[in-house]
Amino acid sequence: MFTKEELLSYYTTMVQIRQFDLEAKRAREAGEILGNVHVYVGEEAIATGVCACLNTTDYIESTHRGHGHTIAKGAQLKPMMAELYGKATGSCHGKGGSQHIADFKVGMLGANGIVGGGFGLAVGAALAARYQKTGAISVVFFGDGASNRGTFHEAANMAAAWRLPVIFVCENNGIACSTPHSTGGQQAVVDLSKRALGYGMESYVVDGNDFFSVYGAMKRLVKRARGGEGNCCGFLECQTHRPFGHIVGDVQRYRDPTQAKAQWEADDCIKNFERRCITAGWLEPQDFEAVQRAVSETIEQARQFAIDSPYPDKSQLFTDLYD
Amino acid sequence: MEKIVYSKEQARELYEKMATIRYFEACIKHDSLAGEIPGFVHLYIGEEAIATGVCAALRQDDMIESTHRGHGHCIAKGADVNRMMAEIYGKETGLCQGRGGSMHIADFSIGMLGANGVVGGGYNLAAGAALANKAVLKNDKVSVVFFGDGASNRGTFHEAMNVASAWKLPVIFVNEMNCWASTTPYRATCNVENISDRAKGYHIPGVIVDGQDVFAVYEAAKAAVERARSGEGPTLIEAKTYRIEGHFVGDPELYRKKEETLKIFQDTDPLRIFRQKKILPDAECNEIEARCEEAIRKAKEYALSCSYPDAESFMKYVYVD
Amino acid sequence: MSIKTYKEATWEAMKEEMLRDPSVYAMAEDIIGNGGSMGHYIGLGQAVGDENRVLDAPISETAIVASAVGAALAGMRPVIDMRFSNCLPVCMDELTNQAAKSRYMFGGQGKVHMVVRCPDGIMKMQGAHHTDCLEAWFAHVPGLQVVIPSSPAEGKGLLKSAIRNDNPVIFFEHKTLFKMEGEVPEEEYTIPIGKARVARDGKDVSIIVYGVMVSRALEAAKVLEQEGVSAEVIDLRTVSPWDKETVLASVRKTGRVVVAHEAVRQCGFGAELSATIGEEAFASLKTPVVRIGAPFVPIPMSPHLEDMCRTLPKDIISAVKRVLS
Repeated sequence: MFTKEELLSYYTTMVQIRQFDLEAKRAREAGEILGNVHVYVGEEAIATGVCACLNTTDYIESTHRGHGHTIAKGAQLKPMMAELYGKATGSCHGKGGSQHIADFKVGMLGANGIVGGGFGLAVGAALAARYQKTGAISVVFFGDGASNRGTFHEAANMAAAWRLPVIFVCENNGIACSTPHSTGGQQAVVDLSKRALGYGMESYVVDGNDFFSVYGAMKRLVKRARGGEGNCCGFLECQTHRPFGHIVGDVQRYRDPTQAKAQWEADDCIKNFERRCITAGWLEPQDFEAVQRAVSETIEQARQFAIDSPYPDKSQLFTDLYD
Repeated sequence: MEKIVYSKEQARELYEKMATIRYFEACIKHDSLAGEIPGFVHLYIGEEAIATGVCAALRQDDMIESTHRGHGHCIAKGADVNRMMAEIYGKETGLCQGRGGSMHIADFSIGMLGANGVVGGGYNLAAGAALANKAVLKNDKVSVVFFGDGASNRGTFHEAMNVASAWKLPVIFVNEMNCWASTTPYRATCNVENISDRAKGYHIPGVIVDGQDVFAVYEAAKAAVERARSGEGPTLIEAKTYRIEGHFVGDPELYRKKEETLKIFQDTDPLRIFRQKKILPDAECNEIEARCEEAIRKAKEYALSCSYPDAESFMKYVYVD
Repeated sequence: MSIKTYKEATWEAMKEEMLRDPSVYAMAEDIIGNGGSMGHYIGLGQAVGDENRVLDAPISETAIVASAVGAALAGMRPVIDMRFSNCLPVCMDELTNQAAKSRYMFGGQGKVHMVVRCPDGIMKMQGAHHTDCLEAWFAHVPGLQVVIPSSPAEGKGLLKSAIRNDNPVIFFEHKTLFKMEGEVPEEEYTIPIGKARVARDGKDVSIIVYGVMVSRALEAAKVLEQEGVSAEVIDLRTVSPWDKETVLASVRKTGRVVVAHEAVRQCGFGAELSATIGEEAFASLKTPVVRIGAPFVPIPMSPHLEDMCRTLPKDIISAVKRVLS
């Protein structure tokens, strides 16, 4: 059972991600920010459900679509927004941008511009935690497309062989960039969690649009990982939607954008969460409205902060390259 | 599956291939230890039934991708032992005109697309050859990639298995599970008992076969080849075997006991297992072996008699002229 | 001082650094069975009293490198070994995108303190998949450092610095070095990264080299001495960062330069050296820089063809004669 406080905090996280990314999308479309922006809209329940089971000292490795993971792990919105604008006050002092946001204070070891770049890094972080005896575990988020990278195989094998506490969280949104699964062009196996069998890894498939399913399965995997049960590793496949294009500005020649959006609207994880809480009598509609209002304000503040912040000084070009 | 009855002729061919590999490798081992062949050589002794059984199920125009331990595959696919030996000696008449050596032997005339010095380097080349044959050239040739248990942990395995299964490519993945990844026992770096279990993640059949029994290997390969030729896609065959020799000739083998290895060899020698089936009389097997031994002796003589490549031809083949 | 092989000296470096800092660990394929591709880790785990700090990896080069990056970001100091430099191309993403860029892209968060040891170079008839010298590839990547020791003492001091250094270091070690013997100090010492060494003083010509080429250049210099030529030999030690000051000072003194490496000559590190010398010390040059290296060909296995790819003392001598004429 969840307390009202907990439920509100999960809800707030999901709404923060939603509004942050809708604002990022707006700003990118308006040309206020440039560069590649991949939004996490529609997948909020996954990052939120997964990170709700983690401690600040646990590690996550994220993807090019990483804002949601970063927020859910506890990063501050102002420096994140400033980072998208390339400002000196950004999480990475403006050097990373959307695809390279990191926040080591909260165990967020970085978004990654390389699809499938995070698997081995997460294994390394788990190995470090074992040497350091911190009890931390490590989570790597990845898409269905990235699951076909060889890096997945090597990392999954290594993690399982060495019984490292790594949880592989697959965000199966049914489409790899512009290639839908339904064409069969990406992989023969429909159920990606079957791959866990090849490593002797515990696995679950859940509805990624339902916060409670994600949370429930993740909780079990985290318990195994921390408790040293079996080989400690786990695989969580979360089936979800990607309502928008691969990237902001993607015209989605490869599918009917209205249909994709409609499918998501009928199965929106935030609405699903509200419905469940109301049906169960846990929260009231006005609770949600209050959160929505508060978050809007926070996002506006983050935007203003980003706009008001200076760009990095030219003298910063070489800082942090070598020590 | 229907039981296959083997003719004497088929059995003779299988035994002769295995014996050729055995004597070839024995000769290489001897020459390498004697310092006549420097460089790395990796021996296939004890695993002969796998290459032999698999290649017996192939046509000459089918293709194989081999490994650093590739002499057996090359012989089984039908390469000329004289030119193989010349290559290992770095001679002009070698299959690669002395440029490749033991780890890089290739013979395109028989569909042997190359040994590979990079562990796990062959998977995607085999998938690519299969793609070309199926999608572009529209023929029914199949590709085979041989790989060890160690190589199965390379990411290239995953990418090739995925793409071959997604596109139903005519590829057969033949895992030579010899229990040793160079110097590391297989289970130290892998959490699953059988590599074939990984087939489930690609929605293709994963088959385990006794890699010491040439007939069993042949039958598994035959089924996989039929599946591949008919457009149903890849199969993963795991042939259980054991690496009798060191990882390479000269390996100090600090990681295991020689007596144990020898004992395993006595129990599982594929030539002995063949003989035990009594399909051919022992006398005939002896005759075949004598013939093979002689052929290898001649191959060595041939290699020694050949000259090294001309220094002027040095830059030839870096680019297409 | 005592005489040690390169293998022994670098083994000691590993042991000392692992005892000094509990965050140092070693990982490689075959690191246990035969103690690594050159036997250079035999007994290391026992020697540091913790066999869990020497990890025998699956044949998964991308995971070996990536896990080192992740472990470094989480505070460890991994030393990984690629067995042979030719395994490096298999994990270029992990090296050039992840290891090299993480700290910079993240605005100074996290440090990728890791060492990638790579035995390289031509030994004897190993064929084209086991012999490349790839230092120029990595010297081209901002964020990586490239260290190439030349002797047992140099190897020990540089390896210790590489481990303590907070940056990702690619550490190339010529396979023929491992058996090389030389004097190694008994006391604790390190050699700074980025500082070249004048391996031999001379006044007529500067021979700029690194790694295995240093001993070959010294051998050439001895022969040249008998012919009345005084050759200065500069051991770069590291090619990224590289010590421009020491090189230019030598060039200004001698006015004649030979740059030599075993890597393929085209786009080799010698190109960077000679371009910089041309840009910054042109007025001091009496003759054009001569740069030697392997011909533009994958290393063939056949012994005589392979020999044509080595850069040997005789090649250095004839290059010196060219700059003197």
